[in-house]
Amino acid sequence: METRRAVDQEIREIDLAPLHARLGAAILGRESMVGMPVVRLARGAITEALRFLRDEPSYRFDMLTDLTVVDCGELRDGDRFDVVYLLHSLERGERLAIKSPVPEEDCWIETATGIYKNADWTEREAYDQYGVVFRDHPNLKRILNHKEFVGHPLRRDYDIYKGQWLSEVDDLEDELERRRRRDPTPRGGQADAMILNLGPSHPAAHGTLRNLVELEGETVRYCIPEIGYLHRGFEKSAETHEYNQVIPYTDRLNYCSCLINNVAYSRAVEALCGIEVTDRCKFIRVIITELSRIMDHLVCNAANLVDLGALTNYWYLFNLRERIYNVIESLTGARLTTSYTRIGGLWADITPDFEEAVRAVLKEVPKAVGDTLKLIARNKIFIDRTVGIGVIDAEEAISFGFTGPCLRATGYEYDLRKRHPYDHYDSFDFEIPSGHQGDTYDRVMVRFEEIRQSCRIVEQALDKMPSGPVNVEHPRIILPPKKQTYESIEGLVGHFKLIMHGVNPPVGEAYVATEAANGELGFFIVSDGGMKPYKCKVRPPCFHIYSALPRLVEGGMVADVVAILGSLNIIAGELDR
Amino acid sequence: MGVSEDPARRGVPADSPGRPLPRGIHRESPVGEGVYLTKLDLAINWARKNSIWPLPFGTACCAIEFMGVVSSVFDLSRFGAEVVRFSPRQSDLLLVAGTVTYKQAPILRRIYEQMCEPKWVVAMGVCASSGGFYDNYCTLQGIDKVIPVDFYIAGCPPRPEAILQALLEIQKKIERNPAPR
Repeated sequence: METRRAVDQEIREIDLAPLHARLGAAILGRESMVGMPVVRLARGAITEALRFLRDEPSYRFDMLTDLTVVDCGELRDGDRFDVVYLLHSLERGERLAIKSPVPEEDCWIETATGIYKNADWTEREAYDQYGVVFRDHPNLKRILNHKEFVGHPLRRDYDIYKGQWLSEVDDLEDELERRRRRDPTPRGGQADAMILNLGPSHPAAHGTLRNLVELEGETVRYCIPEIGYLHRGFEKSAETHEYNQVIPYTDRLNYCSCLINNVAYSRAVEALCGIEVTDRCKFIRVIITELSRIMDHLVCNAANLVDLGALTNYWYLFNLRERIYNVIESLTGARLTTSYTRIGGLWADITPDFEEAVRAVLKEVPKAVGDTLKLIARNKIFIDRTVGIGVIDAEEAISFGFTGPCLRATGYEYDLRKRHPYDHYDSFDFEIPSGHQGDTYDRVMVRFEEIRQSCRIVEQALDKMPSGPVNVEHPRIILPPKKQTYESIEGLVGHFKLIMHGVNPPVGEAYVATEAANGELGFFIVSDGGMKPYKCKVRPPCFHIYSALPRLVEGGMVADVVAILGSLNIIAGELDR
Repeated sequence: MGVSEDPARRGVPADSPGRPLPRGIHRESPVGEGVYLTKLDLAINWARKNSIWPLPFGTACCAIEFMGVVSSVFDLSRFGAEVVRFSPRQSDLLLVAGTVTYKQAPILRRIYEQMCEPKWVVAMGVCASSGGFYDNYCTLQGIDKVIPVDFYIAGCPPRPEAILQALLEIQKKIERNPAPR
């Protein structure tokens, strides 16, 4: 139960008296969730409540961490859906969940788009997946599934195998028209327009992203992103697999840093189960997390520089990545899709030569990063292409739900490893790099500096690595050693129970956030006590960041779209899930 | 992989009697010294297989491994296929690297149709081959539901060596087939 206590300690008891005073009648009750308190609200009061919670000085919930829906049809009678708003006050370090029940037959709730900027996309996703209508939303159309899709796949009664063909790609004319009406004087000017599709198969689009841009000359007037081309049903698949079987699916969310996803998901389920992993496991998790962060930043910066025409750096950085691949492969057996963690521990302890291999690879990092920086840091072309391009300030970035390097590039030093330390991060000496003005240059440089800081953490973790087991001793969480399975009845029963019935977290909900390479990677898991998650929602960092792309590129040059896109590190697997 | 030159033969002139010539090309020539005779099909295929221009239709994790293949450790250019083209009109090998969803399927089909003949398709990884473990409402269960496939690579994602092997197999296939003109 220690993890649950540890998570709860982070939450200071939130004084709800001001909220009660303001909307007493609309409050339907209080609940609890691992990670934050929950308030139930009537749907009519949701806009007022969110605005109050954002602006009231004693609350200041300035970030909508995520918005999702739970289909409670199998959990209770009454209203079928719960719309869940996960709020976060970065300043005060507090979290709060708001739930609002919505019946199936009259399925609507007010929109929060006027309050949080990332509500635009998160509400579209909730509408797409669950069919909840957000009233007065400016552009309520499907986002992950295609336009000819019928039904709402994350409703519990939608058959997971029921695929639907698309005959023709969306031309996005309707969205462009709505944007024109909403914003009739674009920054690009009024002359004749040219419509250009960037993607979904485009060398600089970093996966299957599509942006429809309306250009005047080379200036971007409007940019309409379309996502969902890699929506491969992570959340629905998670609902049909046991908790441990979901881990391979998490590999493929942010496939540039699979190990961090493994760790983040396992932490969430462990918090739900109320177990705490061993110290040795935590240290190993720190090492693999930071190695993954280095790899992720290497790919992001390498690809971003290629987009700017600086190809040489790609070889410098990717060679280093290959070296780290070798270490990861000797540890996990796979280069990319690692599936290394388990609920309650790890697949296996580190190999005997692991420490030596990691130290050797760490020695190579400064050279690769240094060589690259020598080529770009004072390079006039690089500076002209990046400084002052794609600028966003901290306040707006927070409203869009920015976290991770993209938020730190604005100068706002926010990192979960420092603010809500987990896995002994508070015992390591490292710094949080931040930028000055939140432009492309800052985003690139913050990543390079984070690579250095991650190296420091890995070295310290290797120095301090405790001995002992890597898995918790819990027969319903971790398989017993093979010897026990064969030689004792307890071992045999433990093995049988776990294989047949899986890990069964108690009934409840948890939201646990981890500082991933791209920002806050959260898992919101609902358990009905069974062996499979009732719901497993990912809070992908780049989904929120990408929703700010039109804001960043409109009014700029079309060539800068590519540079800005690269610096945001959009990973389609995580974006579309 | 049998790609590097035999060190014992390094420095031996290309037309030296000891050096094997590509299949179907004959040294003895009634025309004169330094002239080789072959069938046109063989010569075209020989040139074609060693200058494949791939279009990486990279959608997901496999695309990251493809980046590994073109980078210096595995180095696709040793096989003459390093001229990666993102325009379907310029390329002759469609390498589908990653999951293709129903939303993506019409685009893949259109890209394939835009490629000029002759063309070949490699399905890289289990997602492109069969949908992999994404057996659900949004994932196309294999790209062969919409376009023909010449070679399937297993793995999730496949190792870079497997991609090199696929390229060699495609080369063999090009060599075997009558050259379309």
